[in-house]
Amino acid sequence: MALTADRPRTHTPGALAPPVIELRNVVKKYEGGDIALDGVSLNIRRGEFVFLVGHSGSGKSTLMKLLLKEVDPTSGSIRVAGRDLSDITAKKVPYYRRNIGAVFQDFKLLPSRTVHDNVAYALQVTGGSRKEVREKVPDILRMTGLSTKLHNYPDQLSGGEQQRVSVARAFVNHPPLVLADEPTGNLDPETSIGIMQLLYRINRTGTTVVVCTHDHHLVDRMRRRVVELSKGKVIRDVAAGGYREESTQEFGALMRGHNIDLPDDDEIGGLWR
Amino acid sequence: MKVGFFLREALRSVSRNAVPSFAAIASVLVTVLVLGVFIPIVQATTGAANEVRERVIVDVYLGSKAKDSDVERVRRTIAEDTPYVGKVEYVSKEEAYAAEKKRNPEAYELLGSNPLPDTFRVTPDKPDHVEELRASLVGASDPAIDEVKNRREDTNKILSATRVVKMTAAVLSVLLIIASVLLVANTIRLSLFSRRREVEVMRLVGATNWFIRWPFVIEGVILGFMGGVLALLLLLVAKVALVDPLAQDFALIAAPDTIDFRLLAAMLLAASVGVAAAGSGLSLRRFLRV
Repeated sequence: MALTADRPRTHTPGALAPPVIELRNVVKKYEGGDIALDGVSLNIRRGEFVFLVGHSGSGKSTLMKLLLKEVDPTSGSIRVAGRDLSDITAKKVPYYRRNIGAVFQDFKLLPSRTVHDNVAYALQVTGGSRKEVREKVPDILRMTGLSTKLHNYPDQLSGGEQQRVSVARAFVNHPPLVLADEPTGNLDPETSIGIMQLLYRINRTGTTVVVCTHDHHLVDRMRRRVVELSKGKVIRDVAAGGYREESTQEFGALMRGHNIDLPDDDEIGGLWR
Repeated sequence: MKVGFFLREALRSVSRNAVPSFAAIASVLVTVLVLGVFIPIVQATTGAANEVRERVIVDVYLGSKAKDSDVERVRRTIAEDTPYVGKVEYVSKEEAYAAEKKRNPEAYELLGSNPLPDTFRVTPDKPDHVEELRASLVGASDPAIDEVKNRREDTNKILSATRVVKMTAAVLSVLLIIASVLLVANTIRLSLFSRRREVEVMRLVGATNWFIRWPFVIEGVILGFMGGVLALLLLLVAKVALVDPLAQDFALIAAPDTIDFRLLAAMLLAASVGVAAAGSGLSLRRFLRV
């Protein structure tokens, strides 16, 4: 890994940081013979921000499902935070999942709950008390810019707002790992940037973030580690090309491309600078 | 287990899913209503059939010259040496004459003498044993016994007719119970199916199976209870307004022993709550495999 000397922060990912995700020769065949993953080996270290790119059907979503233990690999081993996923019994899966914040393309919010209750649910499943809910939920909603939408139901929100709820729910427990599967797939470019900034902000707290996307333009501007999958194989793994820590605003500017002129005060970055 | 949290969740989901909840209540209501009407009807029918079967008897006529000692001997033979005997009733020729004369005075006036024999009316221990009883009485071949008769035609008709009635009632009640359980189970499955995405999301944020299941089970209890109580109220109204006045006017309707209303209500309520709760808990299993 090419590391540069000018890392300003201690939490930045480095060769010495322990791996959070280790894949060894992972193969996943679906019934009917479709090979979704064909011998993937990959290390992701603590605190990294990794893009997983590839066309539809390249195996990105399968990889995400494997990491959430929605499906099991046909062969090969997956270790998350040092634990082999094949050792986790079906009964323990819920407890494992509480250590992962997951963000999905289709948001996967609970339609019968308000914004507040959707986020609170992630705390309640872990046995979080009312006090905990009262303390943490308004906080995270303020961070994601949803304070005014507290009592709205998901179908009353725009796509971008729904995705923010989803991100808030993923992060309210402060999990060490956040997985985002096409988080911007349904969103327009400007809203997408807002969501990416949010994920970047989460990464800056030391959380490992893995983002699946097929949006090459977005990824190319960011100079973060990019793993490209094609037909179930890793065909490119470009380690972080010597990026430095930007502020969230700089990050946003980077994402928009330098020639696009947009107002640089953004609601999320503003809170977190 | 956080009872308060699960209870709030269940109430929320009842109120947020008004249409499926209403469907579940309605199906429980219809089921309990039908069962509540049908159970007493089956009981009354069976009771009536049994009552008719009681009338199956074998008559033992003694010869016209039978003395008191002969009567005593035959009585002992029937009571001690004959199988399948339920009840024995002795009608002396004088008693029989008096009874018949009362019924048909002119005819017996003309007769002058008493042509009727001493008779033992023997009831079998079970109506179905009537043929065996007759055979063994014929086999007793006491010299004093003139004839053993069981009004064969009548007996066979009564036995086969009541058998059909009882069988029909049994088959109908089994079918009805199966239909009721399937109706409630299907309604619950439909309402859960519309929420399978929700269950999937709960799994993905790390909820354990029982954390997801408890609110559904409690919801089942609430819906089953509401449907059951509504149906029982309707049944109570029908009983007070229709059946009770009838029963007072016609002794016939009150005659067969039917289940006590309070016991029936408790049974139906327990069944509706149990089926609804178990149904939603078990149906959920299919959606918990994410």
